Amino acid sequence: MTAVTDPGQNAVAVEAPAATPEPAPATSPEGEAGPRDILIINYSGELEKTWAAMILASTAATMGKVRVFVTFWGLQTFVKDSRRITGQNWMQKMMSLMQRPGVSHRKLSKMNFFGMGPWMMFKLAKQYHVASPKELLEIGQAMGVEFIPCQMTMDMYGLTRDDLIEGMTEPVGAATVIALMQEGSAPLFI
Amino acid sequence: MAMEIAQTVDAKGLSCPMPIVRTAQAIKGLASGQLLEVLATDAGSVNDFAAWSKTTGNAIVEQSADGGVYRFVLRKK
Repeated sequence: MTAVTDPGQNAVAVEAPAATPEPAPATSPEGEAGPRDILIINYSGELEKTWAAMILASTAATMGKVRVFVTFWGLQTFVKDSRRITGQNWMQKMMSLMQRPGVSHRKLSKMNFFGMGPWMMFKLAKQYHVASPKELLEIGQAMGVEFIPCQMTMDMYGLTRDDLIEGMTEPVGAATVIALMQEGSAPLFI
Repeated sequence: MAMEIAQTVDAKGLSCPMPIVRTAQAIKGLASGQLLEVLATDAGSVNDFAAWSKTTGNAIVEQSADGGVYRFVLRKK
């Protein structure tokens, strides 16, 4: 017999998936020789590089542990799509106005043509059943990819934790990233 | 006795990396030793599934191609 949900009584069974941000643990590879952890440093914010980073991150999550350190322009991708203007001072606000943040608002570095380039890319992607960066980001999160924001970039852009998408870890700095590499994570700079 | 297929993932028409992602999601729900069948049309999946199987330890026990459809049967580790 299937248990029918009993509202009020036991609202316990609801899973809280991967949303709990954990401070990037400096775990070393396990005793047994498993695959190396993957560390993607997502530095760029252009559509094409964001797409590549999301494809690799979601795929890596199916094969082992993967962390994505998001920094500089990469962090713009992880601002909530709904945020239009971010930042505390006029320059930070101006920056967000000139390049709209959010995974759905990435531009191509070449042949953007005021949005015509990305529009065609998304049209083709749909036609060939290629998942969008946003879909891949959500899949990655559901599969346990750890997205780690860069504290320095947050400060520089005047971003708060609330500006960023749900489920990211605590912000960290370069030393954490270097330590992960020294401990054996395979690094990838995009 | 041949084991029964526990579940089938129809990834026909999907592009990289979705056949692998869907497979990984489905295999999570299976018990060790159970069989998962995957159908894909992505030509890259022949190499991709070999690589994926090697690193995850989920063995490919059957593989075939028929009219552009690639079929894999994986045994969960």
